[in-house]
Amino acid sequence: MNTKKRVKIQKKTSGMLLLLLLVVSIVVSGCSQPSNPANTGASSNSASSNAGTSEEVVPGVDGKAIGFIFVGTKDDYGYNQAAYLGSVRVEEAYPDLKVLRAENVPESAEAERVMEQMIQEGAKIIFPTSYGHLEPALNVAKRHPDVLFYHQGGLKTADNLGTYFGTIWEPVYLAGVAAGKISESGKLGFIVSVPIPQVLLNINAFTLGARSVNPDATTNVVFTGSWCDPGQQANAANSLIDAGADLLTLHQDCMKTVVETAERSGIKTVGYHADASELAPQGWVTGSEWNWGDLFVDMVKVGMDGQFKGSQYAGKYRGTLADDVVKLSTFGSQVPADVVTFVEEQKAALLAGELNPFAGPIHDQSGNVRIAKGQLLTVEELESMDYLVEGVIGTIPQ
Amino acid sequence: MIADILTGAIRSGTSVMLASQGELVSERAGVINLGTEGSMLCGALGGFAVTVWSGNPWLGTLAGGICGLLISLIHAFLVLSCGANQLATGLTIMFFGMGVTAFFGKGFVSQQIVGFNPVPIPLLADIPYLGKILFNHDPLTYLSILLVPVLWYVIFRTRLGVILRAAGEREDVLFASGINPKLVRYLAVLTGGFLAGIGGVQLAVAYTHSWVENMVAGRGVVAVALVIFASWKPIKAMIGAYLFGAAQALQLTVQQQGMAISPYFLFMVPYVLTLVALLIVERRKQSQTPEALGKVLAGSG
Repeated sequence: MNTKKRVKIQKKTSGMLLLLLLVVSIVVSGCSQPSNPANTGASSNSASSNAGTSEEVVPGVDGKAIGFIFVGTKDDYGYNQAAYLGSVRVEEAYPDLKVLRAENVPESAEAERVMEQMIQEGAKIIFPTSYGHLEPALNVAKRHPDVLFYHQGGLKTADNLGTYFGTIWEPVYLAGVAAGKISESGKLGFIVSVPIPQVLLNINAFTLGARSVNPDATTNVVFTGSWCDPGQQANAANSLIDAGADLLTLHQDCMKTVVETAERSGIKTVGYHADASELAPQGWVTGSEWNWGDLFVDMVKVGMDGQFKGSQYAGKYRGTLADDVVKLSTFGSQVPADVVTFVEEQKAALLAGELNPFAGPIHDQSGNVRIAKGQLLTVEELESMDYLVEGVIGTIPQ
Repeated sequence: MIADILTGAIRSGTSVMLASQGELVSERAGVINLGTEGSMLCGALGGFAVTVWSGNPWLGTLAGGICGLLISLIHAFLVLSCGANQLATGLTIMFFGMGVTAFFGKGFVSQQIVGFNPVPIPLLADIPYLGKILFNHDPLTYLSILLVPVLWYVIFRTRLGVILRAAGEREDVLFASGINPKLVRYLAVLTGGFLAGIGGVQLAVAYTHSWVENMVAGRGVVAVALVIFASWKPIKAMIGAYLFGAAQALQLTVQQQGMAISPYFLFMVPYVLTLVALLIVERRKQSQTPEALGKVLAGSG
């Protein structure tokens, strides 16, 4: 082989390699985004396709087991941990039933296989708990009209598949109130994944809460593009801290890295999904949590009694703060008593219906009125939020 | 703001930099190890686990390096002793690393560790501007910076370096001087795995103090790409890794300025930079690819 030809081949080689690497790196970083726990839109079309067979079959009864599938691990201080704790409550409430759990189930045909396996083991009620498990669950539901599916956060339903979720923005607003009271600089950092409506709703609720007590407070939003990439989370947290934020909050699937980074830097944290106060004895303020236990137990009861059809769970169920499906986390030990009292008062007002976080007029970042005075938003309108309110620093793609 | 980006460049680029230095050694001997991602994951988990058990991050670092080395040993065995295709093997090792660490790592997700923390270097850290950027990092970061000139010296100024490069360019030379090129390649791949493992430790034990499955998230693959971008030179690989880190820090800083740039666009930036690197390599007149890399790709290795 002469030198010229060799050089040419080598050039080609390195080029091909780089291309290959690029493709692989995109695949790998794509794989690293476990779940989308939220609703990506509010278009609500009930997909009921198996009307023929389900007339006589009652889904959910006579089961020997209950199945739970999770997209991540059960102790991630996040979305999956919250759902896992719910499954533990079901286990306690029904000692005769076997609770089958599968963690790290990807949002693909693999989820179908896992659900089929659970059905073979006697499960008549299955909880697919990640947003992306919806399509696999719908497929399996079509094949097994006698099995009942409760999907977390979905917007499509079927005759034997209902979805449930919670108005987590209520405690997020209250946590924002606490943050506004506690932050000295008024610069709050919010680490999120991608700009989907549920995320924007939480950013807005948090900011409105903070600005209700400190009108000068601002929320710096940072998108990481991933639901749980500790490296990116650390980058984001450090970057926000360098820019002067003295309180961080987040909407991610896992939060250990952010909470610990904030604690080491001596600043405050507001959590999301689960209670991580033990990770930050100094800096933990409060947070928003899912409280699936009672709901899951009730949903299983309704299903086993054959009462699913016509119940509130047949369709799209949304649990509220008043239902105790979502709740405010415990306050950190360093939070002053007057702040706790004030937030509790706000919570009481919210529960009594005297306080509506999204009461107009509400302006977006460019000052346009998005919610007029006196206008009340429906849940669907809230869950399709596509703008950021005044006081948020950050951009969503147009 | 620029200081923040530069500090962020080192903070988030160090794990990639360590892995790319390791991959560079391996490729200098003629073996591409796409399994670097797997080595980083094994290093991250091994380092984290041993830090949990022993409470000593230095022991964790050693363990993480060894875990990275062990998984690269599989690659070396399959490629060098069994004659398997290196790209296919590397990809397999990568996915094997993801699976095996996700499996064994389950119990460590919620564990807390006392890992490495930033140690400001006395006096130097007080230098205005530069002090914060360069002299307020964790111990592994300092070591990784020292590693680069050492590697450069070894590769280009010592007999060992000549042997290493000969394994990647002209193995006849090694045969002639009575050295087994296969042995050299084995050692190079293992060194690469060890350094990638340390890169994983830096990410898990020093930077994030966390273990989450697949937490390396493509950094190992970027590291391999950087080696090519750096035309197999340690100092250039370091610059490339910090560039990647800077791109990550930049996108976060840009977002905080409230500039009207789509975050989706910003997520691409680190990868776009790699693409640009590809163009630069393609335009270079004379290739610096170690010859054995091409041989294997062409199917004869």
